[in-house]
Amino acid sequence: MSAVTTESPSRLSALYRSSRARVIVGFAVAAVLLFAVAPATLSTFRLGLLGKFLCLAMVAVGIGLAWGRGGMLTLGQGVFFGLGAYLMAMHLKLADAGPVEGSGGVPDFMMLYGSGEVPGWWEPFRSPVVTILAIAIVPAGLAALLGFAVFTRRVRGAYFAILSQALAAAFAILLIGQQATTGGTNGLNGFRSFFGYDLADPVNKRMLFFLAAGALLVMVAVARQLMVSRFGELLVAVRDQENRVRFLGYDPAQVKVVAYAVAAFMAAVGGALFVPIVGIISPADVGVVPSIGFLIGVAIGGRATLLGPVLGSIAVSWAQTSLSEAFPSGWIYAQGALFILVVAFLPGGLAELFTRWRRSRRGSVPDGGAPAPGDDGTSDGSRPGAARTGEPGSGDPTVEPQTAVDHDPATSGRTA
Amino acid sequence: MTTQPTGPVPGTGETLLETGVAGDGLDLEAAQSVLGVDDSRFRHDYLEVRGLRVEFDGFVAVQGVDLTVTAGDLRFLIGPNGAGKTTIVDAITGLARASGSVQFGGVDLLGRKTHRIARAGVGRTFQTASVFEELSVLQNLDIAAGARRGPLTLLRRRSSTPEAVEQALETVGLAHLRDVQAGILAHGQKQWLEIGMLLVQDARLLLLDEPVAGMSQAEREQTGELLQRIGAQRTVVVVEHDMDFLRAFASSVTVLHLGQVLAEGTYAEVQADPRVQEVYLGSAGATRGARRRGSASTTEGAHASPRTTTDEKEA
Repeated sequence: MSAVTTESPSRLSALYRSSRARVIVGFAVAAVLLFAVAPATLSTFRLGLLGKFLCLAMVAVGIGLAWGRGGMLTLGQGVFFGLGAYLMAMHLKLADAGPVEGSGGVPDFMMLYGSGEVPGWWEPFRSPVVTILAIAIVPAGLAALLGFAVFTRRVRGAYFAILSQALAAAFAILLIGQQATTGGTNGLNGFRSFFGYDLADPVNKRMLFFLAAGALLVMVAVARQLMVSRFGELLVAVRDQENRVRFLGYDPAQVKVVAYAVAAFMAAVGGALFVPIVGIISPADVGVVPSIGFLIGVAIGGRATLLGPVLGSIAVSWAQTSLSEAFPSGWIYAQGALFILVVAFLPGGLAELFTRWRRSRRGSVPDGGAPAPGDDGTSDGSRPGAARTGEPGSGDPTVEPQTAVDHDPATSGRTA
Repeated sequence: MTTQPTGPVPGTGETLLETGVAGDGLDLEAAQSVLGVDDSRFRHDYLEVRGLRVEFDGFVAVQGVDLTVTAGDLRFLIGPNGAGKTTIVDAITGLARASGSVQFGGVDLLGRKTHRIARAGVGRTFQTASVFEELSVLQNLDIAAGARRGPLTLLRRRSSTPEAVEQALETVGLAHLRDVQAGILAHGQKQWLEIGMLLVQDARLLLLDEPVAGMSQAEREQTGELLQRIGAQRTVVVVEHDMDFLRAFASSVTVLHLGQVLAEGTYAEVQADPRVQEVYLGSAGATRGARRRGSASTTEGAHASPRTTTDEKEA
């Protein structure tokens, strides 16, 4: 047994040293798949579908950071996804409507449902620069404001989840109510061009796919940097022992706000690219149900890992599309069943299967149980297979049992 | 002395760590370097508590406590369960709302936010070791050392181990376990890690809540010596039940009872005080009775372990 103790640090450091090589290889493989294999083998339609999945995966990367690492169970990412998407869609509608001088520059649906005049708050989005800046700043800024208000009041766990979900519901209801300015239930659709490029042209569709693929790779790289940085370690510390972090002189609210705002930014970019690729954004894409949908892929893939959320999200989207083609109403049941299975038996997601397999091949790393991280302790107690250590030396029932965690580099913030 | 249930739970991997450190322990020489040679900046630090009062929903847990602890003193707070020991620590660190005044190093602490109090140089540990279990020992210490890091440093990976962290690893005898997850450390090692975190945090006032609970006799002695070294330069307050530990290492003792200071002085002075004998030190029967009553209160987590009860019988 003691041989393991002396051996495991050296193995970890070896893994740490090789992690850089593994990361470069991983990114290279992903780039080849996305930029060479996918366009060569998929039809324009399928490529567009994959592009849509990549946009949804961007949201998942952010959720992995905020939920998996930060313990913030955010059920309202649809708000930030939707903000990014609607900001982009507004610009595309205005661009399609042409300049003010010629045709009046009024989007078609406003002619149909509204007064035929463009509201003042739409006007700035005629400018591509303003639009792009707004997509980068508005959702992340809103998340930061919201985060400060919520986290400094120490709202967390289930209360935060409910709050974020209520926000998503309110956002969707607000959009539906504004038929004349946001397109109501129909949303915004029928885009013809994207910053001057014709959206009907397959070459431009491919460019959009590359744009989404590139954005996703950059986001994964950013998420990785955040996870291995000192900030990433601090974020895990805040997730597991928020109070303890406070006693070390940090304000945990600030740490959480940063992670939450980054997640919102990623969701917004995903939404902004979703619009030209899919061709429509409506309240049905941003409300409560899609917000939970974002989460399912993350949970299935493995929320605390780097790639789990991305792969899980793409796999779930793909399964949803192909199963819906075969059984129109069957998908929702399959999705629910999968979610229940993962929550009950694989709290660390499918990534957990992978680490178990890798460990069983290597043998003897000490294993304390499931590697799933707790979110604000709400799921700690119910983890199946988690080994418990009673409070030694007291035999005291009031002391909270501490959950032993295993030696999983994927959740320890070093090599993931 | 009774044998301590030092608590390796079979099958959790703690046993192997336990055997792995046999013969190792605290490195008091390293302590000197992490504590720093320049103690002039601590010389005028002292904790001054005046008229401290803490109330929970109408229940007065602490009423009118005065307490002065200077640097160079190793002060122990004792008292039956429910006496308000932990509550006082909570009030000083901003966890419990309190009235009165608490000053440290000339800075008013009451009413400040917890993390601001921590930045003013106040550090504490908890009855149950609360380290970051999924992070390694090194990461735990690195986080403790970093409250003043700027955003750019935070967003980068740790390229080298800070000097203070390296020395703290040596001091608390965990250098060979630096890459081990803190969650699988033995209980005593977790407590040492906590003390190490206080050292790298550069806390000038250390509030330790039962730092030797669950430790073996050898570990206790090492911890006591380390605390004496720290106490020689910084301001240290220890909440403790273990009378043997108290007798061996306390330079002064404050006895609390029902939220008030009952007596204060050296161990011998306090022991000779008839009021203290009556409520606390006197007979084992009285002590136990006090514990039973106290354990019903909410202010202190009930922690009348078999260990402490036996210890007090001996005392």
